[in-house]
Amino acid sequence: MNIWQPVIEALESLNGNKVRSSLTILGIVIGVAAVIAMLALGAGAQDTILGSLSGIGTNLLFVFRGGEDESIRNPEPLTIGDAEALADEFAAPSIEAVAPVIQGNAEVSFSGEASTVTLTGVTPAYFPARNYKIDEGEEITEEHILGRASVVLLGVEVADKLFDRREGLTGEIIRVEGQPFRVIGVLEERGGGMMGSQDNEILIPFSTAQARILRRSPADKVDIIFVQATDADSVISAEEEISQIISQRHRTAVGENDFTVFSQQDMVDTASSITGILTVFIGGIAAISLLVGGIGIMNIMLVSVTERTREIGLRKALGARKRDILTQFLIESSLLSLVGGLIGIALGWGIGFVVGIVATNSGTPFEPVVGLDAVLLATLFSAAVGLFFGIYPANRAANLVPVEALRYE
Amino acid sequence: MEDIVITARDLKKVYKMGEMEVHALRGVSLEIKRGEVVAIMGASGSGKSTLMNTLGCLDLPTSGEYILDDEVVADLNDDQLADIRNRKVGFVFQSFNLLPRSSALSNVELPLRYSSTTEGRKEKARLALEAVGLGDRIKHRPTELSGGQQQRVAIARALVNDPSIVMADEPTGNLDSKVGQEIMDLLLNLNKKSGTTLIIITHDPKIAAQTERVIRLHDGRVREEKTE
Repeated sequence: MNIWQPVIEALESLNGNKVRSSLTILGIVIGVAAVIAMLALGAGAQDTILGSLSGIGTNLLFVFRGGEDESIRNPEPLTIGDAEALADEFAAPSIEAVAPVIQGNAEVSFSGEASTVTLTGVTPAYFPARNYKIDEGEEITEEHILGRASVVLLGVEVADKLFDRREGLTGEIIRVEGQPFRVIGVLEERGGGMMGSQDNEILIPFSTAQARILRRSPADKVDIIFVQATDADSVISAEEEISQIISQRHRTAVGENDFTVFSQQDMVDTASSITGILTVFIGGIAAISLLVGGIGIMNIMLVSVTERTREIGLRKALGARKRDILTQFLIESSLLSLVGGLIGIALGWGIGFVVGIVATNSGTPFEPVVGLDAVLLATLFSAAVGLFFGIYPANRAANLVPVEALRYE
Repeated sequence: MEDIVITARDLKKVYKMGEMEVHALRGVSLEIKRGEVVAIMGASGSGKSTLMNTLGCLDLPTSGEYILDDEVVADLNDDQLADIRNRKVGFVFQSFNLLPRSSALSNVELPLRYSSTTEGRKEKARLALEAVGLGDRIKHRPTELSGGQQQRVAIARALVNDPSIVMADEPTGNLDSKVGQEIMDLLLNLNKKSGTTLIIITHDPKIAAQTERVIRLHDGRVREEKTE
């Protein structure tokens, strides 16, 4: 009774000025909803990006031509020889598999339907390293490489475009850059990635691509070498081994590598730091509106204190201490912000949910994540806003001189 | 020895208004016995409001000694003053000063909320309302009551904490003479029944005539004291 009495009194007083109270609450609602929605979307985006990054392979490292900065002139290209050297399990015990690829655009056609796709020349090691699975047919094998076979694996998007179906395609003959290739299988759907769709892709044997489609100079040049480390703990030692082996082969000076080794973890770290910064940034902008809502509370409470000067004087005459008056006004402002905060959390949740549905329907699978931390943060923050912006008006009320307050007209 | 509830010795109050010093009280000394009905009269500017504020512990005197019901009121801090007001003083104002959104019962209960009373507050408040003849109006809000009824609620509120003195500042000032007389009768009746000291600040000689003793203030000093 004693604890709830002031709360009931505050509710009565706020209820007495419904329009004003609702508008003040609305300010907080918008602020909290914006913060919650932004944090939810940020966390959802982070999950989506990290999910697609971990989908590109397991314990994966990438080796590119070119140094980390522009000071390295005339970098030597990566070659098949480099890839073979990395595959030496005595020189590089941390490396499980090495998959050199050459990649380019190619036009594919089937009975009048044509499309430009990404063509990747791969070796059998590519499939485990990049987590590629096939829905039907077979993977590219060592025999295909040795025989420079004209065989092709289709991504689902390519299959959709050329055949309007994804099953029963094995054995069909399509043309790649005008040359006939036999379809030996269809790749499992991979979904959107950071660099466009990963399903608008065809895979052919590395040797076939090198000899007949993507001619490189020198002829044994490769574009990227994917390296799979034996396990998660050996990624760093694998990185060192790669650097050592290739810099030896390229005869580069220490610290002047003409190639770059980049691990999947590096990408994940970069991506999560970028999305993290973005989340904080947009969350910060949203927090500004919460701040504005807080100032709204302060404004209304100041008006309320002025309006109720006589009432405050009377309460003091009847024996209210400073603390009683202070508590009364702080409870009112906290109630405003707390109610606003609760509604705002629900609204922000709803906004995130709707944006998630819209994004999913427009082709980007995306699930906003309303974390408990975001809810707690918003609740605490809005309560703090109410207290902080309530303190000044409440203090002003509590420090009124009873004689003058009673005389106030 | 007579029971003295108020002892004031050489009370002085100086307000500073910019460079000017305004002497509202220039040395007031008086004693009021328990159960007495006293009227304080004086023209505006005579210092009667200041005297009421000081005797009601709303304000501290600049100098002088004030003892209210055996408690020395001087150098007390705000919270201690609030406590004394709560326990020892009941106020009745000219403009009633009721909380418009609260029922008569809640209004009367208000002083009890600020005291240490935790149990039976509603019952006490109801009894106080019955004592002023409003036992059937406890749920009504001030806006639903007439002026006289509102002042009765205010009187119930002044009495609910069983104070040593009741300070009534022009209690009939906002009422017509018939209702005003009813309020005066009620106050005098309550004084007879419960023996609560009653101090009425007024400029109306008719009101003052009904009290046992009149203290006239002029220019911050007690000018004349007439005891009937």
